[in-house]
Parts: sequence; structure tokens; C-alpha cells
Amino acid sequence: MAKEFWRWKEYNWKNDEIDWKSGSIISAGVDVGSVSSQAVILVDGELFAFSNMRTGSNSPMSAQNAMNWALENTGMTLENIHYTVGTGYGRVNVPFANKTITEIACHARGANKMYGNTIRTLLDMGGQDCKAISCDEKGKVTNFLMNDKCAAGTGRGMEVFADLLSLPIEEIGDLSFEVDEEPEPVSSTCVIFAKSEATGLLRAGWPKNKVLAAYSSAMAHRVVSLLERIEIKEDFAITGGIAKNSGVVKRLEKELGIKALTTTYDTQIAGAFGAALFGKALVEKERK
Amino acid sequence: MIANYGYKDGSGDFFISIDTDKCNGCGDCIPICPANVLEIRDNEFDPLAEEKMAAVKDEHRKKLKYSCAPCKGDGKPLPCMSACELNAITHSW
Amino acid sequence: MISAGIDVGAKNIKIILLRNNEVIAREKILSGFEAKENVVSLYKKILEENGISQNEVSSITSTGSGRKEVDFANMSVTDVTAATKGVTTIYPSVRTVIDVGAEEGRGIRCDNNGKVIDFSINEKCAAGSGAFIEAMSRALEIPIEDFGPMSLQSEKEIPMNAQCAVFAESEVVSLLHAKTDKKDIAKAICDAIAARISSMVRKVGFEKDIAVIGGVAHNVGFLRSINSNLEAEVIVPDYPEYIAAYGAALITE
Repeated sequence: MAKEFWRWKEYNWKNDEIDWKSGSIISAGVDVGSVSSQAVILVDGELFAFSNMRTGSNSPMSAQNAMNWALENTGMTLENIHYTVGTGYGRVNVPFANKTITEIACHARGANKMYGNTIRTLLDMGGQDCKAISCDEKGKVTNFLMNDKCAAGTGRGMEVFADLLSLPIEEIGDLSFEVDEEPEPVSSTCVIFAKSEATGLLRAGWPKNKVLAAYSSAMAHRVVSLLERIEIKEDFAITGGIAKNSGVVKRLEKELGIKALTTTYDTQIAGAFGAALFGKALVEKERK
Repeated sequence: MIANYGYKDGSGDFFISIDTDKCNGCGDCIPICPANVLEIRDNEFDPLAEEKMAAVKDEHRKKLKYSCAPCKGDGKPLPCMSACELNAITHSW
Repeated sequence: MISAGIDVGAKNIKIILLRNNEVIAREKILSGFEAKENVVSLYKKILEENGISQNEVSSITSTGSGRKEVDFANMSVTDVTAATKGVTTIYPSVRTVIDVGAEEGRGIRCDNNGKVIDFSINEKCAAGSGAFIEAMSRALEIPIEDFGPMSLQSEKEIPMNAQCAVFAESEVVSLLHAKTDKKDIAKAICDAIAARISSMVRKVGFEKDIAVIGGVAHNVGFLRSINSNLEAEVIVPDYPEYIAAYGAALITE
């Protein structure tokens, strides 16, 4: 089988400093995206464990797998979780969820915790969509748009390019800066047309990194034009898989003239994190 | 909240925006749309809110350019926008 | 009098030669990445093969998205103008022209004199163009020529959720994994693109007769879907991909 350059590594994590058995509310969020799925487990609102993996063709299994993997080696089982919220594109396919909530609401809520309550603008660049969200100090959505119609500006678009150039997706951010000078961005928005444009550039003798730079900057430009619809206010943060791609992030920051906040959390878990926080809030509401 | 439903692709921006602070969920915009694009539903972006609001149906969100095309040709005011007394609906194109 | 029409499309360059407005030759070549050079070599070839010298050609008109590449043309016209001229010359009864090429789709309405009244273009997005069908035939692993005939074998209606060609590729792969018949998927794709083109045509307010031109007019599955969507019987001229070049050749200074 040919090497799959777009394939990123799946992993799980747990916080050894938390003794979950002494926690009062254990809540979970499962974000079943079109490309990746995450499960987050919180103990009294603090991050206890999570997993991040590719979504399989069967969504209910993806949700279950992500949850099982987050629970691995924690000593916790599904029965110990008080409330689970499903979110994301495949949120209706989380069989063990108590409730489902849209990813827009969950991302805003998750980012409010991950980046602090000064966060006002959130850009989530997922596998098959791009979301721009404005939110208030409580993590409540005040303005949003979600573009899931077009692959331009999504992780999938970047995967198509990684594959075309035969470069590993995890390295293309840095590689895109290994150029003599910044090229003009690829002119086509449409990924299909951008791909033929890139093929032409390669044939004209452009090095791969330069083509990558041209596409990364086109992607940054495209996302900026989406953000303009909701007005960008600081603090600003980027979540989702593309947040890990410095080639897009740095170009985006340059065009906006704003630096994105960074976080020690994995940026891909914002949706699941928010879902788990809603889970906690809903348990508190029930217990009142 | 301003809810922007729709998309931007290579050919342009196609968003219907609903100002949920203005929308009272009256539903006057629903029957007037010839393509049946709108509906009244729970606020799916604020799970703790109780009020209902107008929204673009899921199945139209990725094809508004096409769904709304019949109303766009003749330059007349759009029925959905005219029906809303609270001016909660706008189109980006 | 000999005139030439050169249509530099996103995918193919098409050239037509007319003598006293009758077609004497037609040729095409892939536009490739060197469209300018390819236009010149195709033009030389068509003249040579027909024993015509360059100064016998009294007028050269270019059209297509790459019409500026033809620096030896006497004039250039838009795709809309060329397509309408070409179609209405052959079929004066046509009031609506649907032109679907490799990277663009157009709906054009014209009056009984062949004058353009209104048009709508889908460009810069593969969803409404031949590129969509091409990408899908790759995903289905069937030759593009077999796409239309294969889809005609199906009567099923499977909805395609994805609009974007990139996402539709993944959807096709999932459908194949779910053991959906290729012919049913091919039909679903024809229906999807026909629905998008039809709504564009509705936007310009279509009237009969309707003609379909451009490379996608060769796809019989697409034609069936268009017919059922618009409740019409569309006309497809011979060599539908050459109609814009033909129209251009007819337009002289």
C-alpha cells in the first residue's frame, strides 16, 4: 500500500495528578467529527483524560472507540461518568450520550476554558469545515458562521495537498517556510482547481515547499475573508487540526495583524471539552 | 446572536443571517419562502436558552445559492426579508 | 472568405475554420500548462492539414477563459456571446443555452434574434462544472466516457449530501464501501450536478427551446437528469464542445 501522507498520529492522554474517585461531577464530551473524533473526560471541570483519533466509517463505533481509548488505564469505566454530551458532525451517533449539542456552542464553551474568558473570536479549522465564532466572557455565542460546504480552508484541503506533494501532513507547516521568498498565493479557491494549478507550478519547476507556501497563504487568505464576516476581536484563538499547522497559522496572523493565543491543551479537543463542560453544567442543574 | 447560515466557495458568499436578538420566533417568514428554506426551531447554539427562533434548514445550508436562486433573478425584494417586520433576516448576496 | 474561431477553454483548445460560414475543419488539443504555445501549434496544424495559408484567413476571433492567450486574434468575445451565436445560428428557435465546460457552467437566455437577455455563471467552484464529473469518475474508477451510459442503467434516487467535489469524492468512496452499485452512484452524481445547473438556469428564467453545449453535453446521464429537472427535451448539437469556437468564427469585425 502506498504511503499515506495525510495520515496523522492518533493518541490519548491522562492527568495523573487527578484522583477521579474523589471528584464530585464526572462529565464527558465526545466530538465525532467527519475526519477526527475526540473524547474528553472532566473531573469537576478539570481535564482528566482525552483521546484523539480518526473517525472510522461507522460513527457509533468511532464514538465508542474514542471513549474507550480515553478511559484506557484510568481505572474509570463508562458507568462512572455522570453525564455525556455528544457533539460534532456525527453527534447523533454517540449512543451513550445523555444529550447532543451543536459543535458551535461546544467550541465556544471549550475555548472559554482552554484560553480563558477573555477569548472573543474563535476560529476552528476542522477536517471538513471551518467555523468562525464570536463569543462573550461566559463562552456564549454572539455571532458565528460555519462553512462545511466547501473544502477550501479545511483540513481536508490541506490533506489533498500533502498527498499531491507526497509530504507528511505533520511537517508541511514548517516546510512551507523553507523557501527563498514568499510566493504569490495560489489563485484558485476551489481545492480541485488549486490542485491543477499546483500541478502546473510543479511542472514549471517550482520546488514542493514553494507550492506549499503558495497554498498555505491562499488558505490563510481564504480564512481571513471568512472571519471578516463575524468581525475579529481580540483575544483570538485557533482550534482544530489546522491550528497545528504553523504554515497557515503564521500567515493568518500576519494578514490579520493579530497573534493567536496559544494553549497547553491540544487544540483539537475544544469541541469535546466544551461538550463535557455543558455536561457538568447540566448535572449541576439537575442536582439543584 | 447573529447566526450566519450558508457558505463561501470559489464562486462567492452565500449567507442568510438571522439576528436572534430581533427574531421572536413568530414564523411569518416560513410559509412565504417558495423553496421552504426556513423553519422555527430551538436555539441550537445556546443549549441553556429556552426561546425558539427562525433558522435555515439543515438540508439547505450547503446549497443556498441554488435554493434561493428563483427569488434572486428579478431584483424584487426577497419575500423572506419583506415578511419579517423585525428586520431579523439579511442575505449576503 | 475563411474565418477562424479559437476557444481556449480550461481543459481543451478548440479551433474551427469556416469558409463562407460553412465548417471546413475542426480540431482540439489539451490546453495543458502552455496554452499559448499549444494554440499556435494547433492553429498551424489545422491550416496545414487543410492546405490553407495564414493570409487566406481574413478573421480570427478568440473566446474561452484563456482567450487572451491568442495574441494573433483580430478580436475576442466572451464565452456567453460566442456560445449564444453558435447555438442560435444552428437552432434559431433556442431561447435558453446551457453551456457546461470543464471548469465553468453557464445558463444563458436570449431573444428571438439571438441577443443575450440574461446569463448566470458558475465559475471558480468545481461543483457546477465538468471537473465535478471528472473527479467523480476517478473516485468510481470508471472511464469518463462510460459515466453517462452507466448512469442510464439506474433508476434509483440516492441523495448526494456533499456539494463540494472534494467532499463528494469521500462520499462516493463511502457509498462504494457500503456496496452501493456504481451505476446508482453515477446517476446520483448526474442528478446532483443537473440540479445545480438547473437552478442556475431557473435564475435567468428559462424558456424553450433549450440547448445544451460544452463537453458535458456528451454525458447522456447528465442530459437525462437535466431533462427531468427542467421537464424539457433539450437539444444537443453535433460536436457540442465546438459550439463556442463555431460562434466565435461567425463573429467577424
